[in-house]
Amino acid sequence: MLVRLNNIFGKIFFIIFISGIGNLAYSGENNVEFIKNDWSFKGVFGTFDRASLQRGYQVYQEVCSGCHSAQYLSYRNLSEEGGPEFTLEEAKAIAAQFEITDGPNEDGEMFTRGGRLSDKFVSPFSNVKAATASNGGAYPPDMSVLVKARKGGADYIYSLLMGYEDAPAGYDLEDGVYYNKYMPGHKIKMAEPISDGAVEYADGTETTKAQMARDVTTFLVWAADPHLEARHKMGFKVFFYLIILLTLVYLSKQKVWSRFGSEVEEKEEAFDKFERTVTEYEGEDPKTFK
Amino acid sequence: MSKKTQPKRRDFLFTATYTIGAVGLATAIWPLVDQMNPDSSVKALSTTEVDVSSIERGKTITVLWRGKPIFIRRRTKQEIDEATSVDLSSLKDPEKDSDRAKNPEWLVMVGVCTHLGCVPLGNKGEYKAWFCPCHGSHYDTSGRIRKGPAPKNLEIPKYEFVDSNTIKIG
Amino acid sequence: MSEEKYIPNSKLAEWFDSRLPLLSLSHHLRSYPTPKNLNYWWTFGGILTFCLITQIVTGVILAMHYVAHTDLAFQSIEHIMRDVNYGWLMRYVHSNGASMFFLAVYIHIFRGLYFGSYKAPREMIWITGLIIYLLMMATAFMGYVLPWGQMSFWGATVITNLFSAIPFIGDSVTGWLWGGFSVDNPTLNRFYSLHYFLPFLIFGLVVLHIWSLHVPGNNNPVGIEVKKNSNETMPFHPYMVMKDLFALLTFLLIFFGFVFFLPDFLGHPDNYIPADPLVTPEHIVPEWYLLPFYAILRAIPSKLGGVIFMFASIFVLAVLPWLDTSKVRSATFRPIYRKFFWVLVVMVILLGYLGAKPPEGVYLILARIATTYYFIHFLILLPLLGRYEKTDPLPMSISDPVLDKPGALDKFKEMAGKYEGENVSTFK
Repeated sequence: MLVRLNNIFGKIFFIIFISGIGNLAYSGENNVEFIKNDWSFKGVFGTFDRASLQRGYQVYQEVCSGCHSAQYLSYRNLSEEGGPEFTLEEAKAIAAQFEITDGPNEDGEMFTRGGRLSDKFVSPFSNVKAATASNGGAYPPDMSVLVKARKGGADYIYSLLMGYEDAPAGYDLEDGVYYNKYMPGHKIKMAEPISDGAVEYADGTETTKAQMARDVTTFLVWAADPHLEARHKMGFKVFFYLIILLTLVYLSKQKVWSRFGSEVEEKEEAFDKFERTVTEYEGEDPKTFK
Repeated sequence: MSKKTQPKRRDFLFTATYTIGAVGLATAIWPLVDQMNPDSSVKALSTTEVDVSSIERGKTITVLWRGKPIFIRRRTKQEIDEATSVDLSSLKDPEKDSDRAKNPEWLVMVGVCTHLGCVPLGNKGEYKAWFCPCHGSHYDTSGRIRKGPAPKNLEIPKYEFVDSNTIKIG
Repeated sequence: MSEEKYIPNSKLAEWFDSRLPLLSLSHHLRSYPTPKNLNYWWTFGGILTFCLITQIVTGVILAMHYVAHTDLAFQSIEHIMRDVNYGWLMRYVHSNGASMFFLAVYIHIFRGLYFGSYKAPREMIWITGLIIYLLMMATAFMGYVLPWGQMSFWGATVITNLFSAIPFIGDSVTGWLWGGFSVDNPTLNRFYSLHYFLPFLIFGLVVLHIWSLHVPGNNNPVGIEVKKNSNETMPFHPYMVMKDLFALLTFLLIFFGFVFFLPDFLGHPDNYIPADPLVTPEHIVPEWYLLPFYAILRAIPSKLGGVIFMFASIFVLAVLPWLDTSKVRSATFRPIYRKFFWVLVVMVILLGYLGAKPPEGVYLILARIATTYYFIHFLILLPLLGRYEKTDPLPMSISDPVLDKPGALDKFKEMAGKYEGENVSTFK
C-alpha cells in the first residue's frame, strides 16, 4: 500500500520535523517550559470541574473584571450546559447586579437598567482606548478568547499568574513594569493580580494563589471554549461510529474485490474455449466444413 | 467461485454497511439543518420586560418584541365600557373583552394586522381605536376586527405582570 | 473489462436520456475502465472531491451567520462559535477542512510527480489541476482574512503589499486590490465575495479535470498504458467506489481527529486577537499550507525578485510535462529520478518549516539552498535525467510488473516461443 520511502534522509528528516512540531506547543517564546498542571479538561475525554468553574468566575468577577472585559460572554452562559452551571436563578441574580446601558427610550435618551440573562458581560471600560489609557498605555486584553490567543493556552495563563518574580540582578524595570518569568520579553505592565486570600470562596475552598490561578484559568478555558464538553462527547461518538463503519466498509470492499478474480477467470475460460474452437478450423478448407 | 453460493451472508454484510452508513449520513445532516433554527442569542430575547409605570390613561406605547410591534394601551373607562358592551354575535371573530384583557385597564396586543401584516394606526378608524391603512381594516377598543378584510382580532401575546409596573411579554 | 454502451431500462429513461444524457453519463462513470493495479495513492482524487463539497456546504452555512464588516466580523464568528446551533462544528469543520484539503492536494500532486501522471497524453489533467491549485490558494488566502484576526489582517497586508513590487503600475494595482489606502473594510468585503465565488469556479475546473482524465484514462503505478478492453481494467463501480470509500473514511479519522480534539492546532493563536492596524505581530505567518511559498518569497533578497520566484515556482510545474523528457513514465522504473524525487519532498517540507521561521541566519541560508534545489530539480535535473538516466526494463503489461521476477522471463519466452518460426496457418 505505501510507496517505499527509500530515501533514508527523507525518513530521518520527517521524524525530526514531526517531533519538532510537538515541542513547539509546550514551551514559551523564550523556551521556558510552563508549569505543568493536570487539567480536568485536557485530553480526549476532558471535562470541566463545575465547582472550579464557579470559583473561577468569582475570581474573574472580583479580581480581573476591574480591568479586563469578557465581551463575548453572556450572563445566560453561566447557567447553560457545559459551563459553571449556576442555576437559572443564580445566573439571573448575578446579571441583575450589573448596570446595563440601554435605549434610546421614548424621549430619545439612553438609560440604565439591571442586567438580564440575555445581556453580554459588562465591560469595565467603554472602549479599547479608554482601557489602554487607564492602564499605563497597555491594553488589558479582553478575556473571552484569551486562552486561545496565547501560545501555550491554559498552561501559559496559569504560569503567568504564578510567574511573578524578582527581576534578575541588573535588570532594568521602569515604573509600573513588573518582571514575569513567562511573559514573552519578561516585562508585564500588570501587577501581580492574585495573591493568597485575595478572594473568599463561596464554597469555602482555601484561597491560595495556586488555587485561584487554577480556578480562574479553568474559567477562562471555558470562556474561550464553552462547547468543549459537547465537542469531546460528539468526537467520541463520531470516532466510535467511524471505526465501525470503516470495518464494515473494509470487509465489503474485500468481498467485492474478491469477485474480480473469479469474474475474470470465468471470462478467460470462456475466451480460451473460443480460441480453441477457432484454431480447430485454422488451415482447413472451409469448403470441407460440415 | 460461483456467484450463487452463500448469497445470504454476503447480502447481510452489504445491507449492514448500507444501513450503518445511512444512519451516519442522517445524523451528519441534522446539524446542517439545525443551524438555521433560532440560535441561543435569539432565543434568549424571546421574552422582554416593559416598564409601564409612565403610561397615562388613554395612552399607548409600542415596544418591539421578537421583531414585532406590541401595542400596550392603558385604556380609559369609556374605552373599557365600549369594549365590554359589544354584542359578540356581531363580531367576525367573536371574543370577550375579558378574555383579551384580563386586567381591563391594560390592553396588550401584537400590532400586526391579521390581514396581510401591516402595522395599524392608533386613534384612528370608525371605532376610534385602530385602523389599518393598507386595506382598510377597522379594529375596536379591544383590538377586535369590526370592519374590513382582516379575518381575526389582533393577537394577544403571552404576557404577565411581574409587578405593578412591569409587564413581561413572551 | 470493456465499457459497454448505456441501454435505458425504461421508456422514461430513454425519453430523458435522449434529451439530456445524464443517465448515459452516470453509466459511463460507473463502468469507466480503471486500471486494476491502482494503489491507495490514487484515492486522493475522490478524497479531494469530498473536501471541496464539504467546504462549500459548511461555507454556505457559515455565510448565513457571518458578517463581513471590520467592526463585526470577529464578533460574528464568536457568535457562530457560541450561539449558533452546532456553529462551533461548522466553523471547525470548515477551518480544519481547508487544511485537510491542502494535505490531500499535496499528496495528490506528489503522486502525480512520482508516477509521471503529468506526462503525455495527460498534460491537460496536470494543467487543469494546477489552475485548481492556484484557485485553492487564492480562496484559502482570502478565507483566512475573513475572521479579521491579527494574522488575517497582517497576512493580507503583507501579501497585497507584494503587488506594489510590480514596476510602474504596482502601487495602483495594490490600491485597486485594497479599495483604499490599506487593508480595510472594502478589502474585507470584496474578499468575502470572492471567497464565496471561487469555489464554484474550482468546481467547474474539477469537472474539466475529470473529463480530461477520462479521455486517456488513468495512469497507474507501473506507468504503462493498460489495454482498455481487457482484464487489466475494472469498472469504476463497485471496485474503485468501495476502495475510495474506505480511503475516505480513513481520511475522515484524521480530519475529525483535528475537528473534535485539536481544533486549533493547525491555526495560529494570534488570529484570536482582533485585528489592530497599529500593532504588528512579532511573526507574521500564513497557514501551514502556504509556508513553502512564503519561504521562497522571503529567500530572495529583492521584493520583486521574491514575488517573481514565488510565482515561478508554480509556473515551473506548469511546464513540467515538457521539462521532463524521460520516455519512462513511472518512478518505479527510474532509480535515479526516484532519489531526486525524495530529495524534492524533503526540500519542500524544509521550505515549509522555514516559512514559519524568521528569515535570518541559518534559516535564511537553508531557505536559499532549498529554493535553489527546487528550481534546479525542475529546470536542470529533469531534462538531463530524461536524456541520460538508465531506466529499469519495463514490463510487458501491468500484470507482469517486473521482468526480473523469477519465472517472468520464462513465461515470456514460452509465450513468444509458441509462435516462433511457425506458420500462422498451421496453429493448433
